[in-house]
Amino acid sequence: MSRFALMPEQASTVAGEVDALFLSLVGVTIFFSLLIAGLLVRFMLVYRRRSATDVPPRLHVPLWLEAGWSIVPLAITMMAFFWGARIYAALVSPPADALEVFVVGRQWMWKMQHLEGRREIDELHVPVGRPVKLTMTSEDVIHSFYVPAFRVKQDAVPGRYTTVWFEATKPGTYHLFCAEYCGTLHSGMIGRVVAMEPAEFQAWLSGAAPGGTRGMSVAALGEQLFQAQGCASCHKAGAAQRGPALEGLYGRSVVLADGRTVVADDAYLRESILDSNAKIVAGYQPLMPTYRGLLTEEQVLQLITYLKGLGTEAES
Amino acid sequence: MADGGARHLAHHFEDLEQQHQAASLGMWVFLVTEVMFFGGALLTYVVYRARYADAFAHASHHLDVTLGTFNTVVLITSSLTMALSVWSAAADRRRTLVGMLSATMLLGSVFLVVKGYEYAHKFHEHLVPGPFFRYPGPDAPEAELFFSVYFILTGIHALHMVIGIGCLAYLLLRARRGAFTAAWSTPVEMVGLYWHFVDIVWIFLFPLLYLIGRHA
Amino acid sequence: MSVPTRKADYLNVDYGVRSWLFTTDHKRIALLYLIVITIMFAIGGLFALAIRLELLTPAGELLQADTYNKFFTMHGVIMVFFFLIPSIPAVLGNFLVPMMIGARDLAFPRLNLLSWYVLVVGALFALWAMVTGGVDTGWTFYTPYSSTASHTNVIPMALGVFITGFSSILTGLNFIVTIHTMRAPGLTWFRLPLFIWAHYATSVIMILGTPVIAITVALVGIERAFRVGIFDPALGGDPILFQHLFWFYSHPAVYIMILPSMGVISELVTCFSRKRIFGYTFVAASSLLIAVFGFLVWGHHMFVAGQSAYASFIFSFLSMVVAIPSAVKVFNWTATLYRGSIAWDAPMLFALGFIGLFTIGGLTGIFLATLGIDVHVHDTYFVVAHFHYIMVGGAIMAYMGGLHFWWPKMTGRLYPEWIARIAGIVIFLGFNLTFFPQFVLGYLGMPRRYHVYPDEFQVLNVLSTAGASILGVGYLLPLVYLTWSLRYGPAAGPNPWGATGLEWQTPSPPPPENFTQAPEVRDAYDYDTGLAPLPEGARG
Repeated sequence: MSRFALMPEQASTVAGEVDALFLSLVGVTIFFSLLIAGLLVRFMLVYRRRSATDVPPRLHVPLWLEAGWSIVPLAITMMAFFWGARIYAALVSPPADALEVFVVGRQWMWKMQHLEGRREIDELHVPVGRPVKLTMTSEDVIHSFYVPAFRVKQDAVPGRYTTVWFEATKPGTYHLFCAEYCGTLHSGMIGRVVAMEPAEFQAWLSGAAPGGTRGMSVAALGEQLFQAQGCASCHKAGAAQRGPALEGLYGRSVVLADGRTVVADDAYLRESILDSNAKIVAGYQPLMPTYRGLLTEEQVLQLITYLKGLGTEAES
Repeated sequence: MADGGARHLAHHFEDLEQQHQAASLGMWVFLVTEVMFFGGALLTYVVYRARYADAFAHASHHLDVTLGTFNTVVLITSSLTMALSVWSAAADRRRTLVGMLSATMLLGSVFLVVKGYEYAHKFHEHLVPGPFFRYPGPDAPEAELFFSVYFILTGIHALHMVIGIGCLAYLLLRARRGAFTAAWSTPVEMVGLYWHFVDIVWIFLFPLLYLIGRHA
Repeated sequence: MSVPTRKADYLNVDYGVRSWLFTTDHKRIALLYLIVITIMFAIGGLFALAIRLELLTPAGELLQADTYNKFFTMHGVIMVFFFLIPSIPAVLGNFLVPMMIGARDLAFPRLNLLSWYVLVVGALFALWAMVTGGVDTGWTFYTPYSSTASHTNVIPMALGVFITGFSSILTGLNFIVTIHTMRAPGLTWFRLPLFIWAHYATSVIMILGTPVIAITVALVGIERAFRVGIFDPALGGDPILFQHLFWFYSHPAVYIMILPSMGVISELVTCFSRKRIFGYTFVAASSLLIAVFGFLVWGHHMFVAGQSAYASFIFSFLSMVVAIPSAVKVFNWTATLYRGSIAWDAPMLFALGFIGLFTIGGLTGIFLATLGIDVHVHDTYFVVAHFHYIMVGGAIMAYMGGLHFWWPKMTGRLYPEWIARIAGIVIFLGFNLTFFPQFVLGYLGMPRRYHVYPDEFQVLNVLSTAGASILGVGYLLPLVYLTWSLRYGPAAGPNPWGATGLEWQTPSPPPPENFTQAPEVRDAYDYDTGLAPLPEGARG
């Protein structure tokens, strides 16, 4: 990782296209910089003042020229816009089959949680050749998850979920930087992303290889919490049921008391746990206490994962 | 005045008309900056109101609509007396001018006293955001946000009122000495523009803060 | 008039500290600004020097992490709010706007003095925040770090920025009113120098944008002081809202820094090529377009912050559009030189340096407006390099050029030309060596605001630091010879460059009310009519 280079390593599926676009724009920049610099120098030499009484001519300003040097740059920037937007559109739409990992930033470390139970600090193991989607948040201030070799970056913002995805293309160890200034040890918030062959990754995930700690799966932790926090007492079907049933909820549309409809996604579930009266489901009373301050960000993610699992069970 | 106001001409202007143009354009530009200033705070309100519609509506019920309405009437009336001040200055009616300026100041002060009473009440009810905030009902954090925005918006508005009253006091002193004439009454006009602006800000604040969720 | 009387000019009409501190003469106020921003530039520059020295080695041995964070914060705050924003408008603009339109002063002279005092008070707050422990939030004051997590003097610094904002609002207000109401008879809008158009556009941004940053930093201060949650997610607030409000001002603020520079360049390029500006209307209109579109692109600072993807598409598109008026200006300046009579005087060298560096700065802006690339280079040294090309390579280069161009008018003295040219070349070279490597660093992935960094970035950082030391020398030179010229420089005469602006029709330094007789009004760039001949002894 520590040799001098002018371009960063390409280690993800988007890296090649980002570099192609970048180098095209570098070409445009070199062309126009040399054009302008060349003209300036040429005019300086050719039209250098010879006599104090020179009276240069008054030139006609042709409209086609003004129009031309407005339209050509506009055309170039539009090409950059569409090309860049295409890449961005891909970057913000994680494939459905992506492997999901939870990332929680805090001053000054990254906490990663694999669904199967493996947890890591400042290190992320991922398989090569499979999309990985990170669902991120922060416990304190804004951080930013940045892997230059993958050309991806996304802020981790307290109070909301953001996602980023990538597909590593070659095994190796890559820098993970915090790119959003977050306080004293901002520059110490450097970690590593380790891309492994799928088989090796599976072995690592099941605990055969060193690195990280292994515990219960995230969903199992969520279930434990669900019981411990007493969620079941209101949300389980039966005489005592006072809250909406949660089986099969994830990803469905929910009609609210005020008539609006929302999709039960991560953000909605998070809000319903932490700010329980913000969106009341039609037919229910705002009875649920808030869990703000009682659950860590990781625990909220565990609960959500558990609820997701309830969804798939109901379907199968 | 015999000199037609010429003694008020500053050295760098050609004539009084140019000076007057500069003053009123300057005042309008200043009001534009004020719009942007309040605009930033109002945007904060709009964003949170949209996000926490119910909480804001509930929290709004803790404001005293009667006092708010009373204050609105007081302020609109003060705009009338201010407009009459400008008119009296231009019409060379010195006594009316003095009377109207005093009335405007008085009404402005009444507004501030009522506002102060409302603030004190909120303080007793622990509705002032911060460590002592206690809110009876759900959505306490969102309600606290509402009260933060309430105090910031009305606080900045009240500060503008205080400055306005200060300007009026200055005008009053000079008006008593007969400083303003038909030929030259630019300061009265300018303070008038400012006062109307502050009034209009309240016309926006009152429904946004006091009246939400009362349509049902 | 054969009686030899001492000609009263604005400098000798009155003496003593009081005559300066209570002056309402726009020319004297311009000099007051010059002194304050030069001091602030020196302080900001020292921070920059410390930052560059620290980055010589990857391990961060020179400064503690906290100290480093405070240094880059204070470098940013000082340079942006107390140097770049006031630089050209408050010094050159203050001096020249009334003179260029044939007025005796700005519309509101006392307000003008007040805005200087406001700047000083704001600067004192900032300095107070600095000497009592400093601030470590970055000049961007991002919440919730600034409002809850930072343990430093955020409130005094926010107060300093808040107060200083009013200085810029009042200056903008004064310029707008002056340009509208006080133009000399016959000086219609399309005969105005482009310097005036640029300052008009700048003033529009100042009055529309600055109040928003004022209320925004005030909200941060309130949140911190009273522990309420306006932007704090733990209390229901939204930190992204802060970013929207902040950039709504701070992106247009970039144009507050660069538009006046463009005005300066238009004056220099025409004067030293003795040509009418090529495409006057296009250059003038592009200033206004930049001012308007500048308000619609703030979201391009937030492509990876969590704003909606649709918002990102729109902001990316609009950011591409705002690049066009800048490109139009560059092409028109270049075309102005065509078939001109070009002199290689120092101000011209600065102007040419500006055009070259601004071209690179502008083109790299397109990289950042391009969504797919910005995701990678956002918050890296690529961004740092880009905005230094605009603000240092652009704004400061033009400020230097303008200062050299109007120095004879302001002081009545000429400076030694050859050393000024050397200074210009040293600054140009030092600048490129400092900031060009940072583009590479950024694309390689080095994040900004890093106190320690991986070893592989060291070579480029060493190059950058070497460049910074050359750049530092480049900035010291003018300080020395310009100060020297105050006492020893030869008298300049009213129009040493043979320029057409109205300001050159009056003696140097000008009399207290600018003109002893009404200036002859004509088109701004009448170089082809022979009405503004070069003075005796000018270089052929």
